[in-house]
Amino acid sequence: MYATTYAKAKDVADAVSQLKGADEGKLLAGGQTLIPTLKQRLASSDCLIDLSDAGLSGISDEGGSIRIGAMTRHVEVETSEMVKKAIPALAALASGIGDRQVRNCGTIGGSVANNDPSACYPSALLALGATVHTDRRDIAAGDYFTGMFETALDEDEVITAVSFPKPEAASYVKFPNPASRYAMVGVFVAKTSSGVAVAVTGAGQDGVFRHGGLEAALNSSFSAESIDSVAVDDSVLMSDMHASADYRAHLITQMTKRAVAAC
Amino acid sequence: MPEGTMNQGIGASVRRKEDKKFITGKGRYTDDINRNGQLYAYFIRSDVAHANIKNINVNAAAKCEGVVAVYTGEDIAADGIGGPICGWTPTNRDGSAPKEPPHPLLAVGKVRYVGDHIAVVIAESLEAAQAASEKIVIDLDNLPAVVDPATAIGNTQIHDEMDDNVYFDWELGDETATADALGGADKVIELTVTNNRVIPNAIEPRAAVAEYDEIEDRYTLYTSSQNPHLTRLVMAAFMMQIPESKLHVVAPDVGGGFGSKIYIYPEEAVCTWAAKKLRKPVKWTADRTQAFLGDAHGRDHVNKVKLGLDKNNKIVGLRVDTIANLGAYLSAFSMVTPTYLHGTLLSGCYDIPAIYTNVKGVCTTTVNVDAYRGAGRPEATYLLERTMDYAARQIGMDPAEFRRINFIPKDAFPYQTAVALQYDIGDYEPALDKAMEMIDYANFGSRQAEAAKRGKYRGIGLSSYIEACGIAPSAVVGTLGARVGLYESAVVRVDPTGTISVFTGAHSHGQGHDTTFAQIVADKLGVPIDSIDIVHGDTDRIPFGMGTYGSRSLAVGGTAISKAVDKVIEKGKIIAAHMMEAAETDLEFKDGKFTVAGTDKEKSFGEIALSAYVPHNFPHDRLEPGLEETAFYDPLNFTYPAGTHICEVEIDPATGVVDIVDWAACDDFGNLINPMIVEGQVHGGIAQGVGQALLENAHYNEDGQLLTASYMDYCMPRADNLPSLKIDYTVTACTHNDLGVKGCGEAGAIASPPAVINAIVDALSVVGVTDMSMPATTEKIWRAINDATAKAAE
Amino acid sequence: MALVKMTVNGQAVEYDVPDNTLLVSFIRETLELTGTHVGCDTSQCGACVVHVDGQSVKACTMLAAQAAGSEITTIEGIANGDELHPMQKAFHENHGLQCGYCTPGMVMSAIELVEKNKGLTEQQIREGLEGNICRCTGYHNIVKSVQAAAQEMGG
Repeated sequence: MYATTYAKAKDVADAVSQLKGADEGKLLAGGQTLIPTLKQRLASSDCLIDLSDAGLSGISDEGGSIRIGAMTRHVEVETSEMVKKAIPALAALASGIGDRQVRNCGTIGGSVANNDPSACYPSALLALGATVHTDRRDIAAGDYFTGMFETALDEDEVITAVSFPKPEAASYVKFPNPASRYAMVGVFVAKTSSGVAVAVTGAGQDGVFRHGGLEAALNSSFSAESIDSVAVDDSVLMSDMHASADYRAHLITQMTKRAVAAC
Repeated sequence: MPEGTMNQGIGASVRRKEDKKFITGKGRYTDDINRNGQLYAYFIRSDVAHANIKNINVNAAAKCEGVVAVYTGEDIAADGIGGPICGWTPTNRDGSAPKEPPHPLLAVGKVRYVGDHIAVVIAESLEAAQAASEKIVIDLDNLPAVVDPATAIGNTQIHDEMDDNVYFDWELGDETATADALGGADKVIELTVTNNRVIPNAIEPRAAVAEYDEIEDRYTLYTSSQNPHLTRLVMAAFMMQIPESKLHVVAPDVGGGFGSKIYIYPEEAVCTWAAKKLRKPVKWTADRTQAFLGDAHGRDHVNKVKLGLDKNNKIVGLRVDTIANLGAYLSAFSMVTPTYLHGTLLSGCYDIPAIYTNVKGVCTTTVNVDAYRGAGRPEATYLLERTMDYAARQIGMDPAEFRRINFIPKDAFPYQTAVALQYDIGDYEPALDKAMEMIDYANFGSRQAEAAKRGKYRGIGLSSYIEACGIAPSAVVGTLGARVGLYESAVVRVDPTGTISVFTGAHSHGQGHDTTFAQIVADKLGVPIDSIDIVHGDTDRIPFGMGTYGSRSLAVGGTAISKAVDKVIEKGKIIAAHMMEAAETDLEFKDGKFTVAGTDKEKSFGEIALSAYVPHNFPHDRLEPGLEETAFYDPLNFTYPAGTHICEVEIDPATGVVDIVDWAACDDFGNLINPMIVEGQVHGGIAQGVGQALLENAHYNEDGQLLTASYMDYCMPRADNLPSLKIDYTVTACTHNDLGVKGCGEAGAIASPPAVINAIVDALSVVGVTDMSMPATTEKIWRAINDATAKAAE
Repeated sequence: MALVKMTVNGQAVEYDVPDNTLLVSFIRETLELTGTHVGCDTSQCGACVVHVDGQSVKACTMLAAQAAGSEITTIEGIANGDELHPMQKAFHENHGLQCGYCTPGMVMSAIELVEKNKGLTEQQIREGLEGNICRCTGYHNIVKSVQAAAQEMGG
């Protein structure tokens, strides 16, 4: 790892001011991706700002939505009675991220800020129509994910929480990459008052995306069979040694069916 | 058996003596060793597959803070330091010698694979070394990569010494007789079988700590090795060119090897060389990426197989043409693995009158390929057992029955194969029967039907294997091009108080030698197992040793211990005869007691031990004090473990996911010393074979970049990829070693890959799939189902 | 430099280390507790698993400074004097280890798995050990070990 300095931010304002003061400051929000990247010298930072004491942990029921603090660890979402009751699919999604050690450290804010194209959480945000709260604004999930590892966040912007509207029903099904166990295809299906949303992670060349064709079919009839006739365009999907685009397209259909069946 | 020695001898599942240090975190692996004032080495590796080196500028790196030295290949060459050598070379079919291009420790003039060592930075900290390495300016002139073994021959030349990229072109068997047999066959089954390249991945990465003692003019190297004496021999004689006695090699606790830690790699040698140059200890530990890019890979064969059958479906002939990818350089066993450890196994468990094989070992711009758990035998077994299964389907015969009718009958032993080996003993049907019973083969059809109702394809696959291990009779291997003998040594030292130290040339890196070897001694001497210490891994303490690989430790190393113990008993008898004033010929030894036949006179083993060191009235003309014996055991033949593994899978056609739902293995390892340890060896071997069959693959792109160079991309089997495994045994005792043992370390890895693939093909046969390559990824399976379904619809 | 104070296996420790020091380096090199191992660079093998405030964590994926103020338990700290932890005993009794390199991390993961989950099935144990790679055992006897320890630990 390149030399760096480490400091804990005492609150969000402190984190923002430390970020502004650094040349290449990075927020440490669990570090399950950042630290491996740093230690392999694939990235460097002159200043690591740890958010663990910045008061950003915790889950609350806001009535129509569940608000999860940015520094809430995956294990906390996985085991939260509140989440399990209101959005069980979200607890289930958290229970499948990485391994137990990753879930003991990794946070929702860290995952959402990184926007790894194979991460699980982004699909939940998109499908549930979540809102990303930052130190300065609220960003609708639909506006937040702007490409592979790209988000709408400004350089020195800090995610404080994510709010998930409670759906009528939802389910997430992941087909893991056998090696990394990230999603090779992950599909989050949510049924809300405004209709069905289908968000796909692990497969898109530009990261997480919603699939209009699948949504249209499910809006007209919410059943696994209804998507049999939906063509999933593989030209926008990733193709790599782990899975070709056409296989990913097939898996999107299959995982969607399973998610629908589980809703 | 005396009090306190029950349930600890041969055949008992004694809990391992070595466990305590490992479960309490007190193991001592090479990276746990630090020496005062040590420096850290960081190697700069090529990031391109093939290039001429135009210039290497180390000036900026050498000036970095904390940097002590930066060396390139020219510095190594200037000191006359040699590179790794090949320990066993076959002869080409035209009688010429194979090509052995040099392997410089640090590249000279050219780099030949991604990962090839270009330079080393030695600094006061690893961070400083690594930081400085980024300042080295390397000017390369790129050349085309050569990745695919099938097209390597005659492709871009990689070594000056080899214009066609062929290291060797070897044959075994009778070509004419085989051609005649295939010509006269009722049916000839043809199949191309690819054995994918895999990466060993011992969880402890390789490491070295080297130091030089100026006063003694002597080096000490701690290294993660399966064979410290071979390391010493090769490094002293061929690399460093120093007296062998001036190099002390210690292989402390070693975290797995699987073949990859047999070889002598550049890093250990460079650290040792630099330790003298800098007069400071030098430490190097690989990270996982370096392990992927540096440790010898395994397998990587393409075979064209022709199997001839008569009208009764008996095999009449077999021809196999193999291209073996050996990578950019040769290492210790790279040439023997695809030849003598492969071609000789092509008869399998079957009575095949005519066999011919031709193997071409080719050079590519990839990491070198060498022995990996099973070494040649898994490749032979895979192609044979795939072909057997494929043939059974072609002729419409149950694959178990087809194997059964072709097995070498039990009364045919010793059996001379058509490919040089003579199997001493075996009985293959009982193992097949038992495995079939264990997995309830008879009722497979109902399970398959039940699975079909759930929309799943269920399949069952057999693999009946044989291996030649207990490597190896020196006389045999010597005639076949080995440059070493393959005996093993043992010293059994009895202390005055009766405690025993056993010094063995075998090396334990997970195999449980501390326990198994102690059981042999405890059993033979009738002493408590806790009074026995097994010492290994240190060239200063052990006379000599060839190390651990080829499932040889028990059959060769264990037999050496047994023979040394016999010598101790013989000497004990002489001492006892003297003490009890009896004739030596009347002395008997049993259950820890020396007795005089026909009398009630007896002396315990402890009394004899004490007397050996308190020889107040020994007749010194006939009896030396002390009780320590050495044996070097050179086996008379290979040993031939065999058996049948059966795998049952369920496939989800919607995704291609394969679930291994059951596994039955019935192996014949001869006599078992510690069944618990044997079973553990089988489990581990199966997991590695399942990994190869389903998950693992070294994936190079056409530029020669290894795309699977971390666990993010190289799929290691996890606990949830594997089922609970049923293991049982049959026993035919080896006829030519004292213990009747055959070895068990590699069997699982040899038997398992074809069992998995045969089960998958069986499952998919409902839609018309007839073949599947390794690893059988979910995508391949999905695609095979699609393709077969589309074909059927045409 | 960061002043790192923490409790390791019940003992208070305090060292000044560079800010970029990984917890695993702090444990192995500064504290010389070499039972915690490193087997990969990508946080997957699990040879480095320790407990930080009772949670299993990959010590290669946390800075020492992040763990400041925590209670750390390593493989060296789970036995009670000469009395082995039930998980250690179970690994010994069931031949749950071969080369021993992955064992410390495997044991630490397994302890947390059993402590936090009652009535584990074999499949749950297999899935619960997803973060630990063993190349020797085929996991068969590791799973048996964890099952045996779970019995002993009231799981």
